[in-house]
Amino acid sequence: MTITEDAPAGHVGSRRLRKEDPALLTGEAKFIDDLALPGAIWVGVVRSSEAHANIVGIDGSAALEIDGVNEVLSGEDLAPLWGEGALPCAWPVTPDMKNPTHLPVARSTAKYVGDAVAVVLADSRYAAADGAAAVVVDYEPLPAVVEIEDAVADGAPLVHADLDSNECYTWGLWGDNAPAIDAAFAEAAHVVSERYLQQRLIPAPMEPRGCAAVPSPAGGELTLYSATQIPHILKVMTAVVLGIGENKLRVVAPSVGGGFGCKLNVYAEEILCSALAMQRGAPVRWTEGRAEAAVSTIQGRGQVQHIELAADADGKVQAVRVKLLADMGAYLQLVTPGVPLLGGFLYHGCYDIPNYMFECTSVFTNRTPTDAYRGAGRPEATYAVERAMDALAVSVGVSPEEIRARNFIGADAFPYESSAGLVFDSGDYQAVLDKAVALAGLDERRAEQAQRLTDGSSKRIGIGLSSYVEMCGLAPSRVLASLDYGAGGWEAATVRISPTCKVQVVTGSTPHGQGHETCWSQIVADKLGVDPDDVEVLHSDTAISPTGLDTYGSRSLAVGGTAVYMATEKVIDKARAIAAHQLEASEDDLEFSGGVFRVRGTPEAEVPLAGIAFAAFTAHDLPDGMEPNLEAHVTYDPPNFTFPNGTHIAVVEVDTDTGDVDLVDYVAVDDCGVQINPLIVEGQVHGGILQGAAQALYEDAVYNSDGQLVSANLGDYLVPSAAEAPRYRLDSHATPSPTNPMGVKGVGEAGTIAAAPAVINAVVDALRDLGVTDVDMPASPQTVWRAIADAQGGAS
Amino acid sequence: MIPAAFDYEVAESADHAVSLLAEHGDDAKLLAGGHSLIPMMRYRLATPGVLVDVGRLDDLRYIRTGNGTVSIGALTRHSELEHSAALAEACPMLASVAALVGDPAVRHRGTLGGTIAHADPASDLPAAVLALGGTIVAQGPGGSREIAATDFFTGYFESVLADDEMITEVRVPAGTGGWNYQKFNRRAQDWAIVGAAVADGGAGVSLVNMGSTPIRASGVESALAGGASAAEAAALAADGLEPPEDLNADAEYRSHLARVLTERALNAAGVA
Repeated sequence: MTITEDAPAGHVGSRRLRKEDPALLTGEAKFIDDLALPGAIWVGVVRSSEAHANIVGIDGSAALEIDGVNEVLSGEDLAPLWGEGALPCAWPVTPDMKNPTHLPVARSTAKYVGDAVAVVLADSRYAAADGAAAVVVDYEPLPAVVEIEDAVADGAPLVHADLDSNECYTWGLWGDNAPAIDAAFAEAAHVVSERYLQQRLIPAPMEPRGCAAVPSPAGGELTLYSATQIPHILKVMTAVVLGIGENKLRVVAPSVGGGFGCKLNVYAEEILCSALAMQRGAPVRWTEGRAEAAVSTIQGRGQVQHIELAADADGKVQAVRVKLLADMGAYLQLVTPGVPLLGGFLYHGCYDIPNYMFECTSVFTNRTPTDAYRGAGRPEATYAVERAMDALAVSVGVSPEEIRARNFIGADAFPYESSAGLVFDSGDYQAVLDKAVALAGLDERRAEQAQRLTDGSSKRIGIGLSSYVEMCGLAPSRVLASLDYGAGGWEAATVRISPTCKVQVVTGSTPHGQGHETCWSQIVADKLGVDPDDVEVLHSDTAISPTGLDTYGSRSLAVGGTAVYMATEKVIDKARAIAAHQLEASEDDLEFSGGVFRVRGTPEAEVPLAGIAFAAFTAHDLPDGMEPNLEAHVTYDPPNFTFPNGTHIAVVEVDTDTGDVDLVDYVAVDDCGVQINPLIVEGQVHGGILQGAAQALYEDAVYNSDGQLVSANLGDYLVPSAAEAPRYRLDSHATPSPTNPMGVKGVGEAGTIAAAPAVINAVVDALRDLGVTDVDMPASPQTVWRAIADAQGGAS
Repeated sequence: MIPAAFDYEVAESADHAVSLLAEHGDDAKLLAGGHSLIPMMRYRLATPGVLVDVGRLDDLRYIRTGNGTVSIGALTRHSELEHSAALAEACPMLASVAALVGDPAVRHRGTLGGTIAHADPASDLPAAVLALGGTIVAQGPGGSREIAATDFFTGYFESVLADDEMITEVRVPAGTGGWNYQKFNRRAQDWAIVGAAVADGGAGVSLVNMGSTPIRASGVESALAGGASAAEAAALAADGLEPPEDLNADAEYRSHLARVLTERALNAAGVA
């Protein structure tokens, strides 16, 4: 089913402008640093300048001479604040996983550049910054492990001296089919064996992090404000780490300026400010600087990937075998070890590959911890399999679209049980690809590409395809249990109708830029027959929305939106009972549309929802035993993941004289299921594509051999701007998910997942006749120029 | 990203600015557009004790043409160079280069005097003034002096400008003879990884980010004067240079880019 050409019947499916935007665009929205907290203690964090060093001494005397600097505290001084508590990791992926104790401020040894080693308490943010800069730390340097493969080399220095190796865990997925895999490779007509590098990325949302802990000393309560994606999870974790009763703790996320996963965490500063606020009986706050964020906030990716495909003579893949080395960084943050697993089920891509083996060994390095970053494991998986499929196409001698067509899971195969153990909900991968090929004008592009070669032009055209499928709608709680994840995957919603028939939606999803308020309003408005502007959406405050599991992994709509949908239905059911009572009719004889209950076949017998709402409020005449008011709460635990998919096509022009890559065209056809608001969907896809293209062409967290982050500012860490964005040409091909009643799947990460392999496949395609078969990310001009030179047998 | 504490003075005139500089010595820095200085202060790479704000000296915002010379006030914004009809007629190269500096926000704040005084070898306009054979007018306590652009730049962020001098005017010869500027970077807003400027049909050739200063490519110029082709001359572009190395480019790649971009600039300037 295709919905793109269909005019929407109601608000769902309409390109409604976001109700969030006026406050954001006028500056009315309040972010963490906008909070006015008179008398607050400002925290400045002294961060390690060394990748690995013993802390010999901390001299705060110069800092204490600065006006407004009141205290300098070492990790040793602060240790009593957390006692036995440490920063939490919620995902012990194996029973023997190593999880080194991670204190908010290091006591004796700094493990990475940016590791907190001391804290300055001051009267202002300025004094805190001056004070932190003036603290002198005496380090005794230790050997550092910087690169992933060095961590597992013989004789590698240990990141954690108390562990006997740098290996955190090894997790595998192959069941009992190892012999079948070996047989497939032994019999294969074509074997592809590739090694790919996933560089580390700095998430860099528009708003860095920040937090403020405000105590109520008389009652012992604490309110923690934080620029977080996860106020609900943060509340539980803070309570556990610091031993605060959950009944005494409230967590509020004010307006949050993006996260891309990096605010899906429990950070040292949140625990530090909370503990200090309780101890001092005063507000304690911290605002992260942009340069600070580069090393103090988690980074993404960081993998060495080995992927092998075994295919028959026709290019039909019979087995995929993957071995990863994944960089955890120095410590495990909230879901650090689980990120490779989120991709671990998807290394067969969109393809029907009967034999599957995945193994990941994760290692510690002396670098900033990694964790979830837009796509979290799935961009890495898609990159590897889509690059490998292009290599297979070359080996077999067919086009990239043909090798995909020969291997796609068929449209008639759904629900499809994959060899990795998932059940895919719906899709028509071939139809999606066909649409993308047509939209891209692939024949004309290929003709242009050939003409350039004939002309001997130094500017070559490259065309790259990427077909992806991802798992969203995280997640069925029982499945999470099987993966040893420390929480469930449900989401909660409450829908209330006020006496004047305005609607209040309370959602456990926590928006930080997605547009929940707009989309939830559209869903509710259609079901209730009210105007979306009559719907308010409350969120992000555990006192208002006490139950929730927050926003990450493209889960909001498929899980949180479904909960809203179901809670609305539950309210309608109650309203129907009241309407039947008033109309003296059977509930079965009532129909509800456009906000009015009618008795079928008796047109004059009707009552509007507004009348029911007021009657429910007065409670003067309700059915016997019915509670007053229209309100319903639903906690929805999804029965399965959802599986968005699509095909993206990138067209690049490569200047072979300079190595410069110009992204000249970009086509994306996505199946994110039914779209609630296509305008928001397109925004997600646009941003996602640029973020994926950024990994392909621009962004790289570069560390030198001493473990110093060299690309630590936005002059050296190249986040692309609108000027670098390609011409986007989008279409969709929706196959509604049967997993949830709206048929939605999720779209927050799709662009990022698809874009990097599409772009790099295009770069390699442009240079193939020059002998180039691989280009590392990011494909900077120098990297491309050198790849050409190397392929041509030396520097030109 | 919070600068160290500093004092702030507003200059009422160039004379006033110079007297403030004389008073505070090397502890003072002039603040014009601030788009180079402020980021350095936020990273605490620069910690001046006093900022002397010359950004309000509107009498130093002008573009005057006549007698074969274009005279530009030091506080003239890049965006004013970019959009000036007079400059487009008298010295289109300078207008064109100004349009490639940074992004629109930078061009609306940044000033010609500021970018010359900052002496960043990776900046566009200093190299353009160098290729054009421009002159820098500096005012100090003892009066004004004229400095040839070829004599102005002495090292990374260093020039012959004294601590108590400020640039008041930049002069370039009027001329529309074959010119071109090739700027190579990864993002539109960035400094050039390498840039090549050609003025006056190849009589003036300069390079951006190929050493510690903007560099006059004298080898290329003399080869052209001696009858070499553009390709032959451009092949000499990197000879004898020690280009910087960074994440974008090592010395070998920078040298390659200098040759490629110089040839492209020469060809685009009409030099065969």
